[in-house]
Amino acid sequence: MTTSSSSETLLRVSTISFRRQGLTILDAIDLMLRREEIVTLIGPNGAGKSTLLKIALGLLTPDSGEVWRTSGIRTGYVPQKLNINPALPLTVRRFITLSAIASTHDVENVLTDAGIPFLINASVHTLSSGEWQRVLLARALLHKPALLFLDEPAQGLDISGQDAIYALIRRIRDTTGCGILLVSHDLHLVMASSNRVLCLNRHICCTGRPEEICHDPAYQTLFGSANLQHLALYQHRHDHEHPLCDHEHHHASSRSQHK
Amino acid sequence: MSLMETLQTPFVWRALLGGLAIALITGPLGVFIVWRRMAYFGDTLAHSGLLGVCLGFLLGLSPTTGVLIVCLALAALLAFLQARERLAADTLLGLLAHTALALGLVALTFLETLRFDLSAFLFGDLLAIDNVDLLWVWSGSSIALAVLIAIWKPLLAATVDESLARAEGVPTGRAQAMFTLLVALVIACAMKIVGVLLITALLIIPAATAQRLARSPEHMAVLASLLGTIALLGGMAASLTLDTPAAASVVTCATLLFALSRIIPVRR
Repeated sequence: MTTSSSSETLLRVSTISFRRQGLTILDAIDLMLRREEIVTLIGPNGAGKSTLLKIALGLLTPDSGEVWRTSGIRTGYVPQKLNINPALPLTVRRFITLSAIASTHDVENVLTDAGIPFLINASVHTLSSGEWQRVLLARALLHKPALLFLDEPAQGLDISGQDAIYALIRRIRDTTGCGILLVSHDLHLVMASSNRVLCLNRHICCTGRPEEICHDPAYQTLFGSANLQHLALYQHRHDHEHPLCDHEHHHASSRSQHK
Repeated sequence: MSLMETLQTPFVWRALLGGLAIALITGPLGVFIVWRRMAYFGDTLAHSGLLGVCLGFLLGLSPTTGVLIVCLALAALLAFLQARERLAADTLLGLLAHTALALGLVALTFLETLRFDLSAFLFGDLLAIDNVDLLWVWSGSSIALAVLIAIWKPLLAATVDESLARAEGVPTGRAQAMFTLLVALVIACAMKIVGVLLITALLIIPAATAQRLARSPEHMAVLASLLGTIALLGGMAASLTLDTPAAASVVTCATLLFALSRIIPVRR
């Protein structure tokens, strides 16, 4: 991978707005994603993170603004929720090849990449939540995407499971060079994996490198008290890995208004 | 007349052939109806049958054509309402089903010249089908089967998860619209033979029976057709020997198979 290719822009979202039932869900959002880059959308529940991801992906049409993707680009998607009817008999192999033409060799490869080669003939109805996230990633990888859209890929996992999923996502970026747009509301693990973070609450509150975001007053306003709890929980395991965010900066008393 | 003699009469053969056409298509179509949780959709279309028969009579068309037109109009109306209204799908379906049935009954009163066998309409008349019916049901089900096979892959991907399939570039809207057309077509063609009250049973019961035995989506579809055929043969035999209503016997037989599939142990 050359340095010139890594600056190539894959996705650009310009001043998009999205309204439903008179309510503004997204307002004047700008977003850009390059090759070999992980951009993370963080924000509280109802901030419009998943909506923005779906707009960037082309599943929803914005009321105004533009979405531009490199033409002919392959995309992969890991949705937040999957609700497969238990009456539908489906193995993992079948599930990941539903809309792909792939050889057994390809299927084995992506499952190995995702760390679950042994699940190839398992029924999807018996998977644990951690296995599901890996199966969904494997399905996305099978399409050899240049753009990957992940909606809370570590939801419902314990801390070591989250660690493993984010390590896998970083490895995907490093080996395939694809651009990754990620939605999350768990903060710390995400921070370490991201090249850039967009803090969203219907509008963009702040944006920048993870270490910058942590010190932004707007970020602290949104995540002040919540983050304090996260740190108390994660500190003993993760401080040595990601010494990016100082504990004191998330104290509720440091609230300030942006703009 | 013994069963062997009965088997040599043409009406029995027509009934078997007509039933076979229905069993072949209701298997694969029914598994999608089960997977997509659309059982009540089939029922709604069936409820509109009476209105379709009246419309056919009014326009001077065959009853099947009338039913087909009304089924398609209902499917389109449902899609329209689902996009506009904030009511749940089952509420909209209930609204449409009973409105269509009521309209059909009202229309029937005004069509004094229409000779109408309500019992045959409700419960079907498997043993009374003629060559024209046979032509309808075989062309309807072979067209439906061919189209279903053609859209199988995108439809299955859309059924498992629509947004995931769309994100991967699958033309889900087209496949799903086509599927709705197929359901309408099959219900219109099969209605006269099995009746409005029992057509949904043939879509649902063999598919539900196959679920426990199936290892893949296609396996489940083939099994459902096979179970439908067995139910047809068993029901016909019962009807001829015990003099029970044919379509009702077929559905009863399908239910017995369902119960049996739950009793026998299955290794998975």
